[in-house]
Amino acid sequence: MIEVEGLVFRYPNGFEALRGVDLRIGDGEFVAIMGENGAGKTTLVKHFNGLLKPTLGRVLIDGVDTRDASVAELARSVGLVFQNPDRQLFSETVREEVAFALRNFGFSEEIVSKRVERILGMLDLSEYADTSPFLLSGGERKRVALASVLVWDPKHVILDEPTIGQDHLQKERLRDFIMQINDQGKTVVIVTHDVEFVAEAKPRVVLMSKGEIVGDGRAEEVLSDRDLVDRASLIRPQISELADSLSDKGLPRGLIDAYSARSAILRLLRERHVPELP
Amino acid sequence: MSLSFLEGLRFARVDSPLHRADPRAKFAMALSFFASSLIFTNALALLALFALQIPIALMGRIARRWARSLRGGAFLAILIFLMNFLTGQGASFSIAMSLRFFCLLSSFSIFFLTTSPDDLGLALEQCKIPYAISFTFTTAVRLVPTMAMDAQEIIDAQRSRGLELERGKLLRRVRNYIPILVPLIVCAIRRSLEMAEALESRAFGASERRTSLIALRMGAGDFAIVALSIALLASSIYISRSFQMPSLEALDSLLSFKWGFAQPAALGRIPKA
Repeated sequence: MIEVEGLVFRYPNGFEALRGVDLRIGDGEFVAIMGENGAGKTTLVKHFNGLLKPTLGRVLIDGVDTRDASVAELARSVGLVFQNPDRQLFSETVREEVAFALRNFGFSEEIVSKRVERILGMLDLSEYADTSPFLLSGGERKRVALASVLVWDPKHVILDEPTIGQDHLQKERLRDFIMQINDQGKTVVIVTHDVEFVAEAKPRVVLMSKGEIVGDGRAEEVLSDRDLVDRASLIRPQISELADSLSDKGLPRGLIDAYSARSAILRLLRERHVPELP
Repeated sequence: MSLSFLEGLRFARVDSPLHRADPRAKFAMALSFFASSLIFTNALALLALFALQIPIALMGRIARRWARSLRGGAFLAILIFLMNFLTGQGASFSIAMSLRFFCLLSSFSIFFLTTSPDDLGLALEQCKIPYAISFTFTTAVRLVPTMAMDAQEIIDAQRSRGLELERGKLLRRVRNYIPILVPLIVCAIRRSLEMAEALESRAFGASERRTSLIALRMGAGDFAIVALSIALLASSIYISRSFQMPSLEALDSLLSFKWGFAQPAALGRIPKA
């Protein structure tokens, strides 16, 4: 359980990045934190493993105040994957890179190699195990960064902009992967601008703007709300725009993905045609 | 872990007589302090040299940031003290070396805090330094804060993967920095390659002679700064050569550190070739 209570955070230069945030994320939830650039999304998630400590208010991870624990202790249960893989890769091989955290946490070599092989397999990276991470493509480096955190099996997984620099196929795989680990009971929190990705995955959406939470609810509710989405400088999913423009023809609002739009349109067509049948 | 040390070398956009002064005059002043602190090995003289810079920092209205950069350098200063002291250099000399480091840091901190990168580039250009060189220099200065941000991000990422910088013995602690330094260097190289491409696609170096909109002109105040800087350097040389400075050598007998074997004595017995 991640609990944020009255969180205010001020950077040393005086900028108030978070202005009173209250948020509760239960175990096993799937949450997307969205909002404009500088809304405070990354600042918020950096509180989840204690990289930043609250100026006011508090953050509890499974009941432990982040002020009372070191980053390394919190990281055991909160795995934070950063946006830019280039700002963390340093090892000579992908295998070493992925093993880094396990060694920091003091796992035995036997467990280290077992876990590394397993996660490399899960993320389609086995063939690169002995390659230098610097020789991989952007998308592959991003997956190495993901593997290097998921390898220690943290209970809560936080992904900062996981879809940036990924082609469509990789995004789809990433979505399946996120759903899969979420089904296994992990809490998954993603920070993203990618409206279409969220529309398809349909997590709970927490919308932030200027250091505050302005919307919180099911993806269908939050992403189809024009005013709310405007306020966070996002654009609604294309399907949502379409559903709105056809609402006078009887298409329900709150549609955000192609699949549900398809069934709604089919239903509509069927209803229209039935009376004309003899 | 903070990078306040680098923060103290970043230009502060405030208005003060020192900010308005000609960058060349300020550079002369920084060089004069720099050279003077290399002349002395006496703790009291270096302390005086350091004290001289306090009113300058106050005049430039950058005292707080200046102090922050010194605080950031404190760790290195302590390291310098220990390195000297533990190798048998004596307390007064070790203190002097730490003070010298503060003087050097302070002189350049004042220069960079009060000189905008634009002024710096202008000054270099008007000293007839080729544009490619002056551009490289100003870009390096400009990139310092960007690299500081990179470093912070890298530190955050590695700490999130369980790296504890402050854990272990000295050697382990030094090794802890490898996961920080490698990505930092890789990022810097990547960035410079990208920058080179961007510059070339914007026709960098197409014209041999560049003219600039703003011309620097030395005023009376600037000449005064240069004159005072020369005076400082000259008197430093004079004082160090002709006076026996009162020293803190009394400290040496109070505070002494010796390894199991007596180094200096042993060295003294080696016959000269």
